Amino acid sequence: MQKKTLLDGPKIQITIKRLCHQLIENHDDFANTVLIGIQPRGIFLADRIHQELQIILKNKKILKGNLDITFFRDDFRRKDGLVSASSNSIDFIIEGKKVILIDDVLWTGRTIRAALDALLAYGRPEKVELLVLIDRRFSRHLPIEPDYIGHQVDSLDSQQVKVTWASEGAEDKVILLSEKL
Amino acid sequence: MAADKLSTRHLLGIKDINRNDIELIFETADNFKEVINRPIKRVPSLRDVTIANIFFENSTRTKLSFELAEKRLSADVVNFAASSSSVSKGETLIDTVNNILSMKVDMVVMRHPYAGAGQFLSKHIKAQIVNAGDGAHEHPTQALLDAFSIRQKLGDVTGKKVVIVGDILHSRVAISNILCLQRLGAEVMVCGPTTLIPKHIHQLGVKVEHNLIKALNWCDVANMLRIQLERQDIKYFPSLREYAMMYGLNKQILDNLDKEIIVMHPGPINRGVEITSDVADSKQSIILEQVENGVAIRMAVLYLLASQG
Repeated sequence: MQKKTLLDGPKIQITIKRLCHQLIENHDDFANTVLIGIQPRGIFLADRIHQELQIILKNKKILKGNLDITFFRDDFRRKDGLVSASSNSIDFIIEGKKVILIDDVLWTGRTIRAALDALLAYGRPEKVELLVLIDRRFSRHLPIEPDYIGHQVDSLDSQQVKVTWASEGAEDKVILLSEKL
Repeated sequence: MAADKLSTRHLLGIKDINRNDIELIFETADNFKEVINRPIKRVPSLRDVTIANIFFENSTRTKLSFELAEKRLSADVVNFAASSSSVSKGETLIDTVNNILSMKVDMVVMRHPYAGAGQFLSKHIKAQIVNAGDGAHEHPTQALLDAFSIRQKLGDVTGKKVVIVGDILHSRVAISNILCLQRLGAEVMVCGPTTLIPKHIHQLGVKVEHNLIKALNWCDVANMLRIQLERQDIKYFPSLREYAMMYGLNKQILDNLDKEIIVMHPGPINRGVEITSDVADSKQSIILEQVENGVAIRMAVLYLLASQG
């Protein structure tokens, strides 16, 4: 197994800061905008973005929720194992709001498709945007593209992008894993 | 820690599933409870699955609950009631079900007046079977939702004392409940007139008590079963009035206990017989929570079975 570090601690922090400033450019003080982290891995990035935005906007209250997509996946009954569901925690109305969907890695686009479906169960947002830390471009199965990108990477289908977070007890890091030839 | 899939392809009875299966069903039901409390209560998980609800015996809440669960998972649903079908013309069970399956049905939810009907069918057809009650044998989803409701109210089932009161002899709910609660580490007692307690029930490891007050003083939860007059071919007690006096739960009895117990009833309630209206509607009663949990538990069971294909 070969490992290549794509981003490490300081670079991730700079990337998150840059993403937050891009968000503020388009959403100003977040009065009508909410953040939604996609379970299970997107919630760590959503937390970091939320924390950073609060620092920049001086503790302005910004709504943030977690969205589980398990029951909306299109590969149910086509996979060997069962994916266990995570919790949803969206205790606000998204009707008429601008929603920023947040995930760590964008690959085939199927997760985002499921997330859009899952999101509609909470109402009709005015607009939905997508923010990802890593965009594995050229590997999409569906016509889905992110609005905010932390880092782009060209990777093979056999490779894996792994993101770990300090809040999980690991370190902030993005690595590209590939089988040794 | 729950397993990541069920150990069985059908749900025929609690007898066939283990503690990990039950934990997995509960964890999945927790998520579905959240789904059914959203403004849009539907998920597309079973979009390509067809389920036949085959009821050879009358049912209101179980049938409704299964149907709602199926629809909230976006399954295609067909309903079949024996009373208005060719069964009344003499068709056999296998023929009836095979005819339905020829229409490409993936799962069968079946209620049947004879014990073991689901077991029998599972050996002859390919579709997955969920037992929605077979005679006086098992009613697994009711037991699961009862245990789930206790867990929701008390935080855990392990170590809790549950008394099942009433017609144990004719009750599939009692048998499934005993097996399910014991598997989760609860202590179970049955209480009722001698004539309505099966002779060898102690072999299941349950306590037997004929005095309602003693039983209530012992327990944390009282599950009051319906008197199944339709299954009683002989008289098991002199009159309903006498039964209500000896084994009926009223507010006065509840208030005189030195602790607060939880009251359950699988429904339909004979108000004034097993429990009085003021008990059924009291804050100690979790009867309506049981009904709500029934949909979530059935969604979980159907979802988990569907993933096994």
